[in-house]
Amino acid sequence: MNEQALSGVKVLDLTWHIAGPYCAKYLADSGAEVIKVERPGTGDPARKMGPFYKDDPHPEKSGLFLHLNTNKRGVTLNLKSPAGKKIFLELVKRADIVLESFRPHVMPSLGLNYEELEKINPRLVMTSLSSFGQSGPYREYKASDMVIYGMGGSMFWTGIAAREPVRLGGTVVSYQVGVMAAVATTFALFGAEKRGYGEYIDISAYEATRASIDRNGTDLLAYQYSGDYDKRSASYARSFPTGVYPCKDGYFDLTGGTVVFFPRTAKMLGRPELAKDPRYGTGEAQIDVNRKQEFDAEIFYPWILERTRREAWQAAQKAHILSGPIFNAKDVQEDDHYKGRNYWQEVDHPVTGKLRYTGAPYRSDEMPWGIRRPAPLLGEHNEEIYGELGYSKEDLAKLREGGVL
Amino acid sequence: MEQMALEGLTIVDFGQAWAGPHFSRTLADMGARVIKIESRRQMDSVRGLPPWPTGSKPGPLNSGYYTWLNRNKLGVTIDLSTPQGPGLAMEIIKISDALVENFSRGVMGKYGLDYASVQKVHPKIIYVAMTAFGSEGPYKNYVMYGRNQIYLSGLAHTTGHPERPPHPINFSWGDPVAAQHAAFAMLSALYYRNRTGKGQYIELSQWESLIGITPENILDYTLNRNVRSRRGNRHDYMAPHNTYRCAGGDVEWVGIAVETDEEWQSLCEAMGSPEWAKDEKFADGFRRWQNQEELDARIGEWTVQHRKYEVTDILQKAGVAAFPTLSNRGLVEDPHLNARGFFVEIDHPEPEMKNRKYDGLLWKMSKTPGQIRHRAPYPGEHNNYVFGELLGMPQKEIDRLVEEKVLL
Repeated sequence: MNEQALSGVKVLDLTWHIAGPYCAKYLADSGAEVIKVERPGTGDPARKMGPFYKDDPHPEKSGLFLHLNTNKRGVTLNLKSPAGKKIFLELVKRADIVLESFRPHVMPSLGLNYEELEKINPRLVMTSLSSFGQSGPYREYKASDMVIYGMGGSMFWTGIAAREPVRLGGTVVSYQVGVMAAVATTFALFGAEKRGYGEYIDISAYEATRASIDRNGTDLLAYQYSGDYDKRSASYARSFPTGVYPCKDGYFDLTGGTVVFFPRTAKMLGRPELAKDPRYGTGEAQIDVNRKQEFDAEIFYPWILERTRREAWQAAQKAHILSGPIFNAKDVQEDDHYKGRNYWQEVDHPVTGKLRYTGAPYRSDEMPWGIRRPAPLLGEHNEEIYGELGYSKEDLAKLREGGVL
Repeated sequence: MEQMALEGLTIVDFGQAWAGPHFSRTLADMGARVIKIESRRQMDSVRGLPPWPTGSKPGPLNSGYYTWLNRNKLGVTIDLSTPQGPGLAMEIIKISDALVENFSRGVMGKYGLDYASVQKVHPKIIYVAMTAFGSEGPYKNYVMYGRNQIYLSGLAHTTGHPERPPHPINFSWGDPVAAQHAAFAMLSALYYRNRTGKGQYIELSQWESLIGITPENILDYTLNRNVRSRRGNRHDYMAPHNTYRCAGGDVEWVGIAVETDEEWQSLCEAMGSPEWAKDEKFADGFRRWQNQEELDARIGEWTVQHRKYEVTDILQKAGVAAFPTLSNRGLVEDPHLNARGFFVEIDHPEPEMKNRKYDGLLWKMSKTPGQIRHRAPYPGEHNNYVFGELLGMPQKEIDRLVEEKVLL
């Protein structure tokens, strides 16, 4: 493999759960040498989170953990013990980046806040990921992915008016925050190289969600202009045919309404004359709910219900209409497009064997992205990494007995 | 103030709509000089999108969508369809470290600004193409916006109530996700260039970047052939895990997530240790998960007696994850975001747009923090600066290009 983007960059990863480990994975998959530090005994709580290989809840079989920790070497270390702290500081001296995602009081209480670490390694970049940031009244609050998503604004108006707001599927907020932390860390690394000293980054999931996740930014202005807040609604558009429609083999999403797109829709339906039909084609008709119901029932449903998602998609694309089938995980993985792009990555692992993961987030011939090793077993690289620091097997046995490793 | 992290970098930005501009905004906020290229013939489409100030005439100068996404950028107008247009763009490319574009496939090539052409005059450029599907595969020519990506990625299939169709999602998750992935790719390429001296072409497929952040959904199928579907706010193993109505009407909701038995006990105590909570069917995590519909109804009976911040305060003090599900109004008023100085006021010459609050920087850097230096540009506002000052073109020449509608 060619040299990678971050080849030679050394990262100490103290993070757990999803967002922090994803940030570290992002750096690792681009070439950085990441040492994942887990607490002795139980390790990263993500080892207890599914989906598990063959639905077997075993700490070395969590698909989530295996995916989040590719390309990292793993050690165990008790940061609360004096010996553990000493070892950690030795690792910090050799590192370019430290990542942590504890609650804000934790690192300072261990004497491991940036001001301390900077003293022994002035070039160090340190990134703290947290739910609410390192300052402000909620800094110690607990949260989950859904709770964070709910803070950001878009959950409030997702769902139907009579029911509770609903979140997006999955735990996408955590991943997005992880990517953003990787971006911020790379920015700081770039600057550190130029100026010769590092810095500290405080990234809050609350703010990251707020400022990047979706149309929150324009909503903020909309509120200042109108004084009114966004409401939940089962449909996002008043024009037609726009929205999620059932079809022969599932659901299909289409943006076929408004005076701009409706003529294209009319053409797609093989009835171009509809574009000039006063019942449907005018700006006024396009926002009339009764017209929408009539059009859907008499014209659109008969067309779409006879077609599969892919047939409808082809027809809509031919007419230059924004659209797409609603895919589930199986559809996505069986899709020819991904297969054709060699998107999926197979990674071998001593406990589970070969498994398939999502692949490169970007492509470059010059600077390859790639999986060099699977996620570490708990403490797998203790001897290798502490050996590099000069600890003998006997030293390590003692440290293990003392609960340090 | 020390330098900003990306000060000294110049980015030429052909980004349109959301994904490209969000990407370049991230860089601009952290100090990069971003030169945004548009023209009055082909204006960035978001200049035609709301929100507009109440009572004002909607136009390309006062679209809130545009001002939100394009702060801190220099605005240049070049009509790329004129014979001289692409050459002028190339002059800007030559003084840039990196280029970003998210046009439909083939547009940059049509103007002779594809990577092969750019590389010839500027081999060290980092060229980032943000495509919908990539340059190979059966969908390479399909048109696609970030919103549609939600449907294609499996996200929509898993969003909404179990008894209803996939919920329509009216926002473009695919865009900011792709934007951040692209920002990482560009910066790591610049870091690589510092080491090796080599420029390169980076292609991003928005669809792939979105799928990359939904691993549980993908893995459950890979590992176990489980096809996940909609389940409202339910979690894999946490229960209770939902959004609950609070006192005071439709803006009052709180999200609560309980992971451990200890947290469950704390929740029960916080609710005043009600009799129902002692029932066998809520005795452990698995049984709570199995009986969560009833559990949710019971908890809702408690939350609806309190305001959302009251519930949050009570539960957080007890060590339980809880926070209001905020509307846009709730966010502007939130004490924490305000205490951290998150929002920024940006001035604007349009009277109704003066000193409006926008979301602030994406993260805080201790020594080289980003800054909001100026509002989004008017079309061509920085033509004189970029062509005159940066490229050394005589004013007469610039005026002629304006007259000939090349700088349009």
